[in-house]
Amino acid sequence: MMGETGSPTAKAQASSQAGAQARAGDRPPVKPPAPPESRGGGPLPPTLRRNAPLVPTDSAASRALAAVIAILTFLAALCAGAAEIVASSAVQWQGTVAQEVTIQVRPSPGRDIDADVARAEGLAKATPGISAVRVFTKAEAERLLEPWLGSGLDLSDLPVPRLVTLKLAETTPDLKPLRASLTEALPGVASLDDHALWLRRLSTAANTFVGVGVGIVVLVLVATGLAVVFATRGAMAGNREVVEVLHFVGANDDFIARAFQRRFFGLGLRGGIIGSGAAIAAFALAGLVARNWRSGPAGEEIEALFGAFHIGWRGYAAVLLIGVIASVVTGIVSRLTVRRFLS
Amino acid sequence: MADRVNTQSLLTGAEEPVVQFESVGMRYGLGPEVLSDVSFQIAPRSFQFLTGPSGAGKTTLLRLILLSVRPTRGLVSVFGEEVSGISSEALTNLRRRMGVVFQDFRLLDHLTTYENVALPLRVQGRSETSYRAEVVELLRWVGLGERMHVLPPLLSGGEKQRAAIARALIARPELLLADEPTGNVDPGLGRRLLRLFIELNRLGTSVLIATHDFGLMDLVDARRFVLGDGRLTVEA
Repeated sequence: MMGETGSPTAKAQASSQAGAQARAGDRPPVKPPAPPESRGGGPLPPTLRRNAPLVPTDSAASRALAAVIAILTFLAALCAGAAEIVASSAVQWQGTVAQEVTIQVRPSPGRDIDADVARAEGLAKATPGISAVRVFTKAEAERLLEPWLGSGLDLSDLPVPRLVTLKLAETTPDLKPLRASLTEALPGVASLDDHALWLRRLSTAANTFVGVGVGIVVLVLVATGLAVVFATRGAMAGNREVVEVLHFVGANDDFIARAFQRRFFGLGLRGGIIGSGAAIAAFALAGLVARNWRSGPAGEEIEALFGAFHIGWRGYAAVLLIGVIASVVTGIVSRLTVRRFLS
Repeated sequence: MADRVNTQSLLTGAEEPVVQFESVGMRYGLGPEVLSDVSFQIAPRSFQFLTGPSGAGKTTLLRLILLSVRPTRGLVSVFGEEVSGISSEALTNLRRRMGVVFQDFRLLDHLTTYENVALPLRVQGRSETSYRAEVVELLRWVGLGERMHVLPPLLSGGEKQRAAIARALIARPELLLADEPTGNVDPGLGRRLLRLFIELNRLGTSVLIATHDFGLMDLVDARRFVLGDGRLTVEA
């Protein structure tokens, strides 16, 4: 970029031009302006640099700032991706759980539990909006306890409650009449569990996680902005001479601010692309590793929690958006800093 | 034989002076007054020298006209506008009507000679193709046709000076201020640059050249502002 010397043809061209200039040396120095149509496209060396950035690019400081922006973008993108994984997994769990409600029928002395279960089943089937009803047999109910009590036990003496699961149609029906009729027909024996408490807890936990994620992303972007403020002030101080000359040749503050903004936006874009690229690579790698582990028990746990460690298009879009926001913030902050510095 | 230039010192008709100083005093911080009670006018299309020993305040006077410092007392008007409390937008507009050659050139080291000379046009937001021919023509005339792609640190003192002059002239200013513009060039080139200023003056630009080169001043029959002990006297 520095000190372009031109190709041999350019040099030959330049020296022939120099000869012409020496011959023309004594003509009147300042001619009236040429008509506009004859201007432009004069014979120039093809390698002549014409529109270099007005703010010099100090490579060491620029690289440091781009690295800071890349690291901050990477961290923010990781946070956003993790929040996105949690949010989409939570939605998945909630969807599955919310499609089912359960009637629990407890054994009670002096009552025939099978009759109670059949009664509950009948009431459920009569309720509109229930697409399927499944009664867990006594054996199935006992099997549900196996993970806690161990297998091979005789549970016939235990008052094991019986379950009836109801699959809901797509539009969630009003369950109040069913709850009321259950209480009326089987008082103290049957209860309807719509998992509301569990869903509320899950949703609170997921929202908290997403909120923390968004908060961290905002903090990281603020930190990026502050880093840019310091870098811009440093660049202004280092280029005091340039700013002064630009003022003397008739540049206004906005022009100078735009020159700085262009330079810093470029740096921000470089940092943002590196940071979000690295974050996307990290997620892809994590997904790959999780897929390879899926066969083992740990893999099953991870998959149960996070799905396939897949952040989906929304996650990738969020990561890219953070890169773009980081570079836009960089540009705008540098411009505002210059405007404040100059005024 | 001395060149004839426009030496009018009295204003004709209703034309207002390009620069007007009225009892201007200037000090830096709490130091002594560098200029005291300076009053003069620069008429449109006039040509004048500013001279005086080193440290007499020539550069300060030029900086006052350039509006890079404000007077401690007195009134400074440039292009008919009183400059105390001027808005930054108006300041920019006034500076676009002036060209300035600094004693230390103030070329931007990271830009090529071509880019440096084109700077005043570029900051006006003009596209590069619209001014390319003008810039190249002027660069060739000042003898930098072959050096337009060189960065200033690689230019000789004389080449830097010519680039600085070309930058000051490129936007065809109404007022040209030059601080020792021929200090680093051989006498032949010095005369040629002076003729460039005279030609510019004939086309309507007011010119103020600060110099202590009496040989140069003797070439032109022009007014001389002489600074000494912070005071200014005008010699016709």
